[in-house]
Amino acid sequence: MATDVEGSGAGSRRGANHRLYGWLDDRFHITPLIEFLRHKYVPVHRHTVWYYMGGVALFLFMVQVISGILLVLYYKPDEGNAFESVRFITTKVSFGWLIRSVHSWSANLMVFFVFVHMFSTFFTRAYKKPRELTWMTGFVMLALVMGFGFTGYLLPWNELSYFATKVGTDIAGAVPLVGNAIKVLLRGGDDVTGATLTRFYAIHIALLPAIFTAILVAHLIFVQRQGMHEPEYVQKLPTERKKMIPFFPNFLLRDTLLWLMVLNMVLFLAVFFPWELGEKADPFASAPEGIRPEWYFMFMFQTLKLLPAHVWFMEGEVLGIVGFGVLGVAWLLVPFWEMKRRPDGRPRPITLIGVAAIIYMVVMTIWGYLV
Amino acid sequence: MAMTRRGFTKLLLGGGLLGWLGSALYPIISYLKPPEVPEDNVQAVKAGLASAFAINTAEIVKFGRKPVILVKTESGEFRAFAATCTHLECIVQYRGDLKQIWCACHNGLYDLHGRNVSGPPPRPLDEYAVNVVNDEILVSRMA
Repeated sequence: MATDVEGSGAGSRRGANHRLYGWLDDRFHITPLIEFLRHKYVPVHRHTVWYYMGGVALFLFMVQVISGILLVLYYKPDEGNAFESVRFITTKVSFGWLIRSVHSWSANLMVFFVFVHMFSTFFTRAYKKPRELTWMTGFVMLALVMGFGFTGYLLPWNELSYFATKVGTDIAGAVPLVGNAIKVLLRGGDDVTGATLTRFYAIHIALLPAIFTAILVAHLIFVQRQGMHEPEYVQKLPTERKKMIPFFPNFLLRDTLLWLMVLNMVLFLAVFFPWELGEKADPFASAPEGIRPEWYFMFMFQTLKLLPAHVWFMEGEVLGIVGFGVLGVAWLLVPFWEMKRRPDGRPRPITLIGVAAIIYMVVMTIWGYLV
Repeated sequence: MAMTRRGFTKLLLGGGLLGWLGSALYPIISYLKPPEVPEDNVQAVKAGLASAFAINTAEIVKFGRKPVILVKTESGEFRAFAATCTHLECIVQYRGDLKQIWCACHNGLYDLHGRNVSGPPPRPLDEYAVNVVNDEILVSRMA
């Protein structure tokens, strides 16, 4: 209600806002929505910090959208021009070096925060009923984010990305039955060529953003509708001992402050550690030493490297891919194979599985970089 | 004018926000401005053999990044003009039947001196110099 009038100027401005609000409310009935937001509270406890991780990932996605749109203005997605156009962006366009480095750094941080967000919901067991679909949409977005990373990596068309794409699409080709079809579909032919570049560009800037945005909207609606998950020990507290802060403006302001800090971190990294462009890809040159995928694929890459050529009746690579596929589906379906708490109060098996997964990923990643 | 604590805080926060917006938008706006691509410093281009060029026809010649229309008149004389119509930048063509240079977009007509004689074009076409050396046509900028 616009009853408090500070001065005539402020009063008339409030009046105008009030009329605009009334006009909109008449047509779209926004009052219930505002009331909903006004009564939305966020629990405060010692795990509250994890609530911010999804927000940070969301913010970095927005940075990706903005910097990505800017890059598209000068980028040329074909074999003869891709590398040169990225070099043009980083050397000739004002602040092009900044926009490009921000896009690369923010992409990597986004993957990192998506992983942090996922493991924090895993360990606080926020995926349980009624949030199964929030978990599953989140998992799909994780896969899409990795798809963004894989397709975007090729776009500068440099030596490293060229060979990483050859290897990556080759691995996809080892999937039983449909592998070869996937490989040809991804590459736009039998080899990684300019056709692959055009495809990856289309996937990176049109296909994935469209799918991702739709799933993101669903994910956010689920979160808004159900509110924040409380860890079990908080759920058991009597109501008078639970602490809450309003979502608007208290929680949102904290979110914004953290986003600003993350943006500063991205800018710091982009300015002091600018992303390298490397050498232009040459399909007839030998692969340079130290070809490796981006760090978030490293644990899978390293696993495939360690597997023997033949395990029992299967090829090692096929076994690895099928194994990761099965594990991925199991991870997606975590909300449905809930494990009972042990009576003696020891850690739940599911927590141990999560810890084992993290240890495995970290060890394999480090190993991959050392060898 | 006395300033309340609230007013002061608002000023600080609002000023900070404006400063932040400025520092975020400045790189983006500078980025949007395309960098100057240096113009090719073309002085003259070869345009084929004079003897092979049919009378009362014309060709569009690339002069660096600009199109130039090269006309061989009925008297066998060569003339060259900027081929970009001075009206709305369409590329003009030679009409042998009219013996004039014609722009198809809005029916603009230029005579064989590049002068705008009818239709919407506001200015004549810029003229280029043509020399024939050992049967080779050379189009160059007017001195």
